[in-house]
Formats: sequence, structure tokens, C-alpha cells
Amino acid sequence: MSVTQLLFWFLSVLALGSALLVVISRNPVYSVLFLIVTFFAISGHYVLLNAQFLAIVNLIVYAGAIMVLFLFVIMLMNLNSEMEPRKNKWLKLAGIVAGGCLMLVLVAALKDADVKNRIAQTTQGDIGLIKNLGMTLFNKYVVPFEISSILFLSAMVGAVVIGKKD
Amino acid sequence: MPIQYYIVLALALFCIGVAGVLARRNVIIIFMFVELMLNAANLLLVAFSKMHHAAWLADSHSVPTNGTDGQLFVFFIIVVAAAEVSVGLAIIVMMYRNIHSVDVNFLNRLKN
Repeated sequence: MSVTQLLFWFLSVLALGSALLVVISRNPVYSVLFLIVTFFAISGHYVLLNAQFLAIVNLIVYAGAIMVLFLFVIMLMNLNSEMEPRKNKWLKLAGIVAGGCLMLVLVAALKDADVKNRIAQTTQGDIGLIKNLGMTLFNKYVVPFEISSILFLSAMVGAVVIGKKD
Repeated sequence: MPIQYYIVLALALFCIGVAGVLARRNVIIIFMFVELMLNAANLLLVAFSKMHHAAWLADSHSVPTNGTDGQLFVFFIIVVAAAEVSVGLAIIVMMYRNIHSVDVNFLNRLKN
């Protein structure tokens, strides 16, 4: 087993295990922390796929900005005690069974997909480097890039307007 | 790595997200699982982008930037997710200020 395979299995187990712990843990703060671990594992997968720009963006935006925002909101509402009310056990079980059934159906549907012996290239290939992505982003996708800045501006205005005390 | 491994990994992450949305009641936790599902889709997009790049290496008639589009799509998904989270958390904070609860069973009506 090569180093790449070893890293792939380690990161997969880390991502899936911490994602399961997000579901299981009752304290919302622990859920946020385990979700940050999941995002770190997904960033590790991006590094393994040699998509280094996306790995860094994922770390900065998701683990650095979004999850800190979640943590702030949870601490602001003082939810860090285990105060989630008891849900009907059967409803909880039904949710987990529904998720498992969806997994089963999707895996069965994609088992015979036309991707047999296609390889996702790991640790080589330079399309994920910032030079190539930047060339494409500012040549072919410059209009969506500018539109996304307008989206950010309107999201900022919206968040301020909604969060303002009236 | 074979692409099937990445497909199964992303599907498992996505289905954990779906199960979490259905099983939990705290609205913030549900919002977190939506982010997890977005990340599963991102991982699959990056894996497919690298798969197309490997296909280019085997067949050198196509363009050398094969697969860049998938990674830029992931970049735009991250951008939209960041904007979505800021507005969504503002809405959740406002609802918490009005009804002092984050339980989705109390949030099942738009009026009052």
C-alpha cells in the first residue's frame, strides 16, 4: 500500500468518523468542532488531489470564517449546554434509516456507472495550481467573478438589515 | 485513486448530511449539515475534474486545461455558500430574538 493510498484511507476515515460524531454529539459546540475536523479532512483530500488553491480556500473560508461564525452564533445564544429537547426516538431513528436508504439507493444506482477503471489523478497534474486557475478565472469566468462581488455586497447589506434591531 | 472510491466517499458524506438534517432539531445544526452536503458535492466535483485531467494525459488531442472548469465551479460554490451562511445566520439570530428558541418544531409557521 503506497503512501497515497494510506493517506486517502486515513483522510476518508477521519472525514466520515467526524461527520458521524457531528450527528451523534448532543452539545452544539462539539458538533461545530467535529465539523471543522471534517472540513480539514476534506481539505486534505484536495491537497492529495493536487488542488492546492481549493484546499487553501476551503480552509480559509469554511474552517476559518463560516465555522467561526457558527461558533459565535451558538455561543451568543448560550446553547452550549446540552439543552436540546428530547425528540421522539422513533423520529430520530426514521431520519437515520432514511439517510441510510438514500445511501443504499445511490450506491446501487452508481455501481454500474460508466466510470470503471477511470482514475482520479493524485499528487500530480497542475490544473489545481493557482496559476492555471487564475488564468481561466480572469479570462473565461471574469463576468461571474464580478457578479459574485455584487452577490457579496447584497448579502452583506441583507445581513445587516435583517440583524438590525428594529 | 479509482474514481469509485471518491464517489462512495462523497455519497457517504452527503447521506450523513441528509440523516443529520432529518434527525436533529436544532436549526443551527441543521444549517451545518447543509454545509456538509455542499462540501460532499465539492469533493466529488474536484475528483471528477482530476479524472478529466487524467483522461487528457491519455489522449493529447484535447485542450490542456481540461478540468479547470470543475475546480472553478467549486470556487464559486464556496463563494455562494459564504454569502448564504451570513444571511442565514442573521435570519436565525432574528428568529431567536423573537421566539427565544431554535427548535424547528416551533419554527413551522411563517406567520406570528
